[in-house]
Amino acid sequence: MKRRDFIVKTGVASSVLGLGSTAILNTALNDSTNNSKKITILHTNDVHSHIDPFESTHSKYPNRGGAARRYAYINMVKKQNPNTLVLDAGDSFQGTPFFNFYGGELEFKLMSKMGYHASTIGNHEFDNGIENIAAQLEHAKFSMLNANYDFKNTILDGMIKPYETYEMDGVKIGVFGLGIELEGLVSKKLFKETAYNNPVDVAKDIVKKLKTEENCDLVICLSHLGYNYSGSKICDIKLAQQTRNIDLIIGGHTHTFLDKPTEVENLDFKKVLVNQVGWAGINMGRIDFYMDRAKASKGAIIEL
Amino acid sequence: MMKNKFFNLLVVVLFLGLFSCEEEYVKPVKISYQQQAIDSTLAKNTDMEEFIKPYREKIDAEMKTVLSYSPKSMFKSDSPYNTAIGNMMADAVLEEANPLFKQRHNLAIDAVLLNYGGIRSGISEGEITVRTAYDIMPFENKVVVVELPYEAAQEMIKYLMKKRTAHPISGMQIQLNHNYSFKEAFINNEAIHPEDNKNKSFYIATSDYLLQGGDEMDFFTNNTEVFHLDYKLRNLFIDYFKKKDEINPTQDNRFTVGN
Repeated sequence: MKRRDFIVKTGVASSVLGLGSTAILNTALNDSTNNSKKITILHTNDVHSHIDPFESTHSKYPNRGGAARRYAYINMVKKQNPNTLVLDAGDSFQGTPFFNFYGGELEFKLMSKMGYHASTIGNHEFDNGIENIAAQLEHAKFSMLNANYDFKNTILDGMIKPYETYEMDGVKIGVFGLGIELEGLVSKKLFKETAYNNPVDVAKDIVKKLKTEENCDLVICLSHLGYNYSGSKICDIKLAQQTRNIDLIIGGHTHTFLDKPTEVENLDFKKVLVNQVGWAGINMGRIDFYMDRAKASKGAIIEL
Repeated sequence: MMKNKFFNLLVVVLFLGLFSCEEEYVKPVKISYQQQAIDSTLAKNTDMEEFIKPYREKIDAEMKTVLSYSPKSMFKSDSPYNTAIGNMMADAVLEEANPLFKQRHNLAIDAVLLNYGGIRSGISEGEITVRTAYDIMPFENKVVVVELPYEAAQEMIKYLMKKRTAHPISGMQIQLNHNYSFKEAFINNEAIHPEDNKNKSFYIATSDYLLQGGDEMDFFTNNTEVFHLDYKLRNLFIDYFKKKDEINPTQDNRFTVGN
């Protein structure tokens, strides 16, 4: 239905129905408010093998980070709300001797222990070659998601899903992954025959599928594209502007510290949240979505 | 009566119409955000600490292995144009990679160029351990040798002239005048002039990171051949340290201005 027809019809209805109908409507809304469901999203990006906290003598981040403390926080949040999804936006590999010695094995084992549901492939995941990603996936109990790399002619063929759906308290959540262009950033010897597809085109197709075929109520993108570039290079801000029906983009790559998620208007003039929490696991983002039955035209109250 | 019934029907139709038009979905009605700093206010999960412990201990044990000794502290900011630590790193690449290159390809490396930004840490006075090698080179980059035609070698000299940064070099010398104009340059004792033209090429050892255009060293892509030695720079430094009782490089005249 065209939006103009829609407004005209509802306008007629409310003027004819008058007071009585308002009362009925209010009751209906109140009922649904009582059914409000809360979905909590916890997220990290660019942890870069920082399994231990920074040294107490570190010039910038003394005592910050560390997997054992992050796990304690995740457990605390899960106790408050069991309907919690734990996500990561890539580059969990490379940066400390934990990676040099164990090649990402410990990073994946700990993320599995912490109850991560999904992550995406950052450029540094390729640092020990695409074969190493395949080998380390054996230690991952979470999903490695990417929709815009074509792994058909690589060892990762069939090992990486474009998206995953989760049902929590009757709410269906679709999560998909997007990766940065590897040419010029990662040696071809490492990414081999991995082909890169346009993230915006891919996102449009995947979101359509998540909305119409999978009937998702909430759509989240795990992106390793980077927060914001001034040139033509695709980034999270541009991705949000050039698509529809994405609720949240959890970004990475640029190690951007944001005080709160950025609100970006999408193609339908609806708000998309874009967030990133720096790097090295020194922060964890927590976004609470209160889900309810509401009209398509009604925007969410965003308290940031 | 008839009119009233019609009106009632209209109300019902419009009421239903209202609901079918303004379709309701399960969607976010409220969103809130909170960023949690992961810091010492959170108690470490003990299970996870226990799980990490053996991995950490194995690393620490190897990291402590003493390889050599440094009688002084060295930092990349110690001096302009060339530094003790940078010279040591470029000299180490020449010394360690040359025998491999000769053995595999029966060729010799003329010179080495690394990048200033790639020196990730200083070296403290005292024992040089495996950790020192990880500190100065935390990345997995490997040594490559590229064959540069004369014009690309000229571009390399011009790049160094323009940047005037203490990028680690070995096997080459650059002298600039007070006003930063060109005075003289040599690669493996062969004089190079920015404007001349010779039918000669050079084998330059560098990191695969720089070959991919890192630090705007685009001249590396104008190579005629690339030889991958499959030798990690960090392992190269570990091998170099092992051979020496003492690591005591100095700043010298390989890159000078107004001398």
